[in-house]
Formats: sequence, C-alpha cells, structure tokens
Amino acid sequence: MPAELETAADPAGLKRVVIEPVSRVEGHGKVTILLDADDRVHQVRLHIVEFRGFEKFIQGRPYWEVPVLVQRLCGICPVSHHLAASKALDLVVGAKQLTPTAEKMRRLMHLGQILQSHALHFFHLASPDLLFGFDADAARRNVVHVAAVAPDVAKKGVLLRKYGQEIIRHTAGKRVHGTGSVPGGVNKNLSRAERVALLGEIDTVVGWSREAVGIVRKLFAEHAQFYEAFGRFASNRLSLVRADGALDLYHGGLRATDAAGNTLFDHADYQHYYELIHEEVKPWSYMKFPFLVAQGAEAGWYRVGPVARVAQCDFIPTELAEAERRAFLAFDDGAALDAPLGYHWARMIEMLHAAEGIKELLLDNDLSGGDLVVRGERGLRGVGVIEAPRGTLIHHYRINEDDQIVNANLIVSTTHNNQAMNTAVREVARRYLDGRNLTEGLLNHIEVAIRAFDPCLSCATHALGRMPLELELVDDGGTVVDRLARHV
Amino acid sequence: MTEPKKLKVATCSLAGCFGCHMSLLDIDEKLFELVKVVEFDRSPITDIKHCGPCDIGIVEGGVCNAENVHVLKEFRKNCRVLVATGACAITGGIPAWRNNVDLWDCFQEVYHYGIGLENGQIPNDPELPLPFDKVHPIGEVVRVDHFLPGCPPPADAIWKFLTDLAAGREPKLEYEMLHYD
Ligand code: SF4
Repeated sequence: MPAELETAADPAGLKRVVIEPVSRVEGHGKVTILLDADDRVHQVRLHIVEFRGFEKFIQGRPYWEVPVLVQRLCGICPVSHHLAASKALDLVVGAKQLTPTAEKMRRLMHLGQILQSHALHFFHLASPDLLFGFDADAARRNVVHVAAVAPDVAKKGVLLRKYGQEIIRHTAGKRVHGTGSVPGGVNKNLSRAERVALLGEIDTVVGWSREAVGIVRKLFAEHAQFYEAFGRFASNRLSLVRADGALDLYHGGLRATDAAGNTLFDHADYQHYYELIHEEVKPWSYMKFPFLVAQGAEAGWYRVGPVARVAQCDFIPTELAEAERRAFLAFDDGAALDAPLGYHWARMIEMLHAAEGIKELLLDNDLSGGDLVVRGERGLRGVGVIEAPRGTLIHHYRINEDDQIVNANLIVSTTHNNQAMNTAVREVARRYLDGRNLTEGLLNHIEVAIRAFDPCLSCATHALGRMPLELELVDDGGTVVDRLARHV
Repeated sequence: MTEPKKLKVATCSLAGCFGCHMSLLDIDEKLFELVKVVEFDRSPITDIKHCGPCDIGIVEGGVCNAENVHVLKEFRKNCRVLVATGACAITGGIPAWRNNVDLWDCFQEVYHYGIGLENGQIPNDPELPLPFDKVHPIGEVVRVDHFLPGCPPPADAIWKFLTDLAAGREPKLEYEMLHYD
C-alpha cells in the first residue's frame, strides 16, 4: 500500500537514492527513496527543502504594499498572488463590489496568467517526457530538443506563453511582478487601441490552444492503459465554483467532493476556510499537509488544480473548452480523472478556456471604462481566494488601525497537493521501481509524476523557519523554562 | 564550414522566486535564436542536475541555506563568468527581509501556532538542508563577475547581456534597462 511507503519501518541499513534537484519544475524540491538489499522500495518522500517567511516578515508593513510584495513569492504565477492579496484587501478597504472595469481587468489579467503558465508548463517543461518517452536520453529531454525535432510545437508553445504574458503586461503594467491591481480595484484600464491590437491575434491563440488539447487527447488515446495507470490514485477534490456551478477561476465558493464525486461541501464561503481546512506538519518537509477537517487528517487530503476544477464544475462557460471537458470526462468512463497525467489534459482544456475567455473580455467595452477603484467601510481582516494555475490559493490577512499587517496566513496551491504528489510518487515507485535496478530513466518516472501536478515549489517555500533543532527545558508543571536552538 | 562553438550556459535559482528565469524566457521567440549560439547546461529547463564546465553561470536568488551554498560554489567552480541576476542575487532581495525578524518566533508561528494547524512541530529531518539565520547576497559567498539588476531584469536586458557575451563583447546595458521594477 502506498500509504505505507511514507515511513520505512526500519530505515537503518536501507540504501538511500536521492533525486535532487527535481528538474523541469519551478522551485526547489528533492525526492528520497529508501531501498533494501533487494531493491524493494520502503520509503519515498517528496521534500520541500526551503522556506522564505513571508507570513512573518510582512507583519508591520502597510497593507497596500502587500499585493506587489507577496508576488515575489513566485515569479511564475505572480498574478495569482497579486490578485489573491488584492481580493483579501478589497475587504479591508470596504470594496464589497468592484466596478465592472476593475473586475474585468482583473479577470483578464488572471486569464492571461492561466494561459501563460499552462503553456509554460506543458510546452517548456513537461512536453519532452510526453513526446520523447519518460526514459529518453536525459540530455534531450528539454524544450531545446523539442524545438529541434518538433519546431512547430515548440514555436506555438513559446508564442502562446508570449501572448499570455502580453495580456499580463497590458493589464498589470509588467510581465513579471506587475502592479495593476490595488486594494479596491485596479490602477489602469485597457484602451481601445490595446484591445484591438490584442484581439488581432486571439483567434490564432484559440486555435493553437485547441490543438494543444488535441495533443494530449491523442496521447491518452494512443497509450490509454499506460496513461491511465501511471501513478493513479483516488482522492477528494477541492476548488472554487461559480454560484451556478460553472468553472470560475477568479471567484466563487468552495466545493469539495470525494473520489466517487459525492459532495462533501458546496458553495462554502471561503472567508471561513479555516473551519473547513486544517494543516498537518510532518518533520521531513517544510510544506504542510492540508486536509478537510470533517474527514480528518488520514482520509481528508485532496487534490486541487486543473483536474479537480474540470471534474468538479458543472460546466465550463466557454463553448470549445466545454466540449473538450465532456470528452475528458467521458474518456474510458472517467479514467483520466484519477490519473496524474490527466492533469496535462485538464490543464490544456483550461488553457483553451482562458483563450476563449480572453476573447470574450477583450470585446467588452467595460475594459475601457474610467471607474477603477471603490472604497467603503473599513475592515480589519480579509480572506482572498483564487484558482491559481496550479489550484486553490488562499491569502488571509489581519490589519490594525494603523494600516499595518498584523497577521498573515497563506495556503498556496502546491501545498494543497502535497499529499497527492507524495501519493503519486509512491504509486509510481511501487509499480515501476520496486525490485529493479534504478536507472536514470526509471528515476525520471518519479519526476514525471511530480511534474504532472505542475508543482510550484517556489510558492511552496514561503513558510519560514530557522535551524530546525531545539532543546527545551520544561519544569515539572509543563512550563518552558528555557530553550536553546542551534544556530548555524 | 564548422559551426562556431556554442557558449555553455548554466542557470539556477537559489533563494529566488523564479521570476528572473521567467524574464529570461520572456525573450520569447528569440529563444530559438539564442539556442543557436548557446547551449544550456544545468538549468530548470534541462535534466542536467549538476553544473559542468561552463562559460556563463546565471544565478538567481540569494543564499538562505547550506544547499544554496553548495550549488553556488559548484557554479563558481565551473563557470568562467558568474552573473548575479536580479535583486535577490545582488542584495538578497525581498527574501532578505527575514533578516530583520526573530527567527525563533517565526518558526513557532508557522509550525506551532498557525491558523488551523494540527500536529504542530518544527520540521527537523536530516534531509532538510540547514537554513541560515540570514539571507545573503551571493557576492558575500563567491566572487561575482557581473551584476544584472532588476526584479526581474527586463528580458531585453538579459538578451542584450547574453548576446554581447556570445559575440565576445563586454556587456553594456543602456541606462533605461537598469532598474528595480
Ligand atoms: S529578483 Fe525579483 S524576480 Fe528575481 S528572483 Fe528575486 S524576487 Fe524574483
């Protein structure tokens, strides 16, 4: 059973194999595998080895700095942090309802981000595995080689990402770490000239996104058995959905379902997320392990991100992506839903949705409106949740009367998938590595499973600690009298 | 005619956010021109896990733990020219804000007393590299040949810088390309 592979019964005397750094992912992670003399796998762990400390060091900063500050958590999905923080702080400035211009500018920025991030992940990072095979020559498993043998695929990938980045530049002011969103709204609109220029390319972008879905659909059809079985596991799911049940990446209520699709909760107000989701700490990773409170730590873990969203929503509100969603769900009676590689498929469906959504928005004159910011009654706390490219992203802030942040809690997308990724790599280890002589190609299987989730380990390192050794002197009443920590 | 030898370039992210790497990819289709003169060694976009002998090493992010030092020294040893890329590598950047806070309290807060935490404990596995009390600019640990400023440096600046080096010129950036934001 994969759950057993979390901790070896007797680690002493086992061989240790390490994959470090996990490559073609964003951020720092490593995998350790413990094997006995017969190469049987006893333990597999994906460790998050770094931390940053944003929650702590933003304390005392004025709240309006936060949307531009926290995106420095992650340069791959800075827009997600920019917007989640803005949404939380909308409540602080009393902006219950944004102006149509502000809301649509933010939505456009977000879809640009989904498009660029999904394109980046699929074409620049993951496609070499899928196109060349998991155990292809390591020197060739990269986008440069994709460009050499499938120049058309690589070119479209690069240009899709470019288009998403351009949407971000026009809405946020800058491709990486923009400044367009502020508490209560946005600080720029989109001129007609900008809209016309961006609209000029959108049909091509929609077309290419559709082709990209086709690439994954075809791979699944050709290698159905392998793709369905690779790292497969069943789990709960979590995502935002719109009030009518539609896929909505910018706003909604929380929906959770179990592996069989039964509703666990629906349209839950995320202002009280902490009543629904708790986090467990394990000594071997700086990334915590979230779970649904009602189900408990053992059974309550879940997956987030493209598969969870596409599976859980009642429909996708754009035509082409909705048709692809149906094909995805129908494939072999839903076999793609529990498959880690199904993430690639769902991710491309979302990319198509983003392209269609961008077109719809660019045609909307509200984007060129002049009413950018609203203010209302001041509040002292706010929670902002958004569906980032990799999954549900939670930002939670409390401020004081002097406008300073006093408290912050962030649960980033990749953290929600912590247990899911660990489970997937254990499944893969059990199936493909157990009892074998470990080759580079076999080890890449582990990374392929991790990559499917498009983990952003950069985001996931935001928690801060210090030297992890402590000594406490506790008196007989249980009170800590003194403590020592080893300093590096 | 034999093709001119390509420049070997390695890139890594230490205590950074990957934004500098994103800015490198923001050269967009010029990436295909770049790979005509440049070959990537260790980098988040390849599966090469250790840096071999290289012409240029591009380092994003400051140094926050022992593992960062290890990677950085490996880069310095193997790269003829080492480039501190972005605010974090040059000054420590935003991650270095943690240098102002009491780390003990931080750890307690994040892993013991956070909202909705269960089984609170401080991660202490030997697999986790030792974090430093402070985040350091890479120049405090190794010699740096060039500093490419910005958060992140604009894609045009990265392009100009790399193509200058590839052509054997001393890299020179216009004033407009030198800024933080
Ligand atoms: S300099 Fe800016 S973009 Fe580069 S790693 Fe640091 S925070 Fe990210």
